[in-house]
Amino acid sequence: MARYAMVIDTKKCVGCMDCVVACNTENNVPEGFNRDWIVQDARGSFPTVNLEIRSERCNHCDNPPCVYCCPTGASHIHNLGGVVLVEHKLCIGCKACIASCPYDARFVHPEGYVDKCTFCIHRVEEGLDPACVSVCPTYCMTFGDLDDVNSEVNRLLNSRKHHSVLPEAGTKPQIFYLE
Amino acid sequence: MNEITNTRMNPSIDQFLSIWNWEIPVYLFLGGIVAGMMIISGYFLFKGRTKDVECSCYKIPFVSLIFLTAGMIALFLDLEHKAYVWRVYTTFKIKSPMSWGSWILLLIYPVLFLNILIRIPKFLSNKFPFLEDLSTKINSHPVAVRNIGIASMISGALLGIYTGVLLSSLGARPLWNSSTLWILFLLSGLSTAAAFIHLIAKSRYESHLLAKADNVFLSLELIVLILFLIGLLTSTQVHIDAAKLLLNGSYAPAFWVFVVGLGIIIPLIIQIMAVSNKIPHTPIAPIMVIVGGLILRFVIVYAGQVSHWFNAQLLK
Repeated sequence: MARYAMVIDTKKCVGCMDCVVACNTENNVPEGFNRDWIVQDARGSFPTVNLEIRSERCNHCDNPPCVYCCPTGASHIHNLGGVVLVEHKLCIGCKACIASCPYDARFVHPEGYVDKCTFCIHRVEEGLDPACVSVCPTYCMTFGDLDDVNSEVNRLLNSRKHHSVLPEAGTKPQIFYLE
Repeated sequence: MNEITNTRMNPSIDQFLSIWNWEIPVYLFLGGIVAGMMIISGYFLFKGRTKDVECSCYKIPFVSLIFLTAGMIALFLDLEHKAYVWRVYTTFKIKSPMSWGSWILLLIYPVLFLNILIRIPKFLSNKFPFLEDLSTKINSHPVAVRNIGIASMISGALLGIYTGVLLSSLGARPLWNSSTLWILFLLSGLSTAAAFIHLIAKSRYESHLLAKADNVFLSLELIVLILFLIGLLTSTQVHIDAAKLLLNGSYAPAFWVFVVGLGIIIPLIIQIMAVSNKIPHTPIAPIMVIVGGLILRFVIVYAGQVSHWFNAQLLK
């Protein structure tokens, strides 16, 4: 079994939004919507300011409330790598999953179903990286299998201090930000 | 200082979540009032007091059927992928309160039909004479009537509880993340149902009795509302911020004026005076209770969507 995760180096990310454009193009994300986005988190006052730039998306949580609350099973955990996906033909558009997500990572697609990041599962199944990872000009994003002890994601997480977004929400997010 | 900027601007998600509009509060209100009506009418059927409270036992089940259908229409209107609604009934998800609710709603209809069969409305018996035979058979077995009362109370309680659990299970919204929300919604359902029967009952005895019951429900609702707020205020910072939305934030005017003041306290005072025969019964008090119950659902649903875990990040 694999457990896919993403590690993003905030020291390398410059917020260029290439990942956002690549995702929109790869997945035909409708105009005005985003499956991934850039957050700039500035702390402190000049001259002692710390700026963290994060490329954010669905955290493909290990404890996904969006999957638990779905009345039809449209929101589900994929067999491959524990990726959280939405089966469009099962989704009734009740929006409970949107309300249950502490990251606001989901949205209603203009066609009526709920949409979100898929970790580009169609690419991953072919042995490729997600589109956002593959286009990053600073190579700040690493995608891989947490269950593989020799994977690059494990190496980075074991060697660098890191955090996830809103761990206090208890959803066990699988996107990690290197500090 | 902490400044966060975000490039995401997904419709109905950013800046504040607004995925649920008027349909969901209306559905929760109608679900709640139907739950209250079923518990009240079920109780009187169980106790065999059909002659004392004819409106509760014979009219209310039919009204409940109309209200529940209206609520389900509101719920259906809220769905974004309407053509796929039937998918709800192809599975049962034990962890999903919405899945439980969908099946509970299916359970409610047969119970309401059985309840209606105890005394068929005239326009129905004229069109379908065989229903009268069924009604005669049911009424010839007092145990059957009592069992219908029990079924009505249980399914009504399930419906009332579900309307609260539906929201409180969504842990990402701190305002809803309270284990007292289902009690609040159940009591609000009972108080609005009692107010509705008080309003439409022709019998003075029944109207008086339901006003008394309503006073109990409203008092308990006020206590649970206070406990709900205490629970939030003694929890984490995001929960405190969520409570403040109601206490002194953007939803405070609607909450204090329409939910607490005009929806609970003033009608309670009027009805206490009415049941003590100091003033005559007035339709104003039950109307205030019903409108207050509706606004309670609006305030909770809208303020709940505004409450957010990211507040914690800003306060780090």
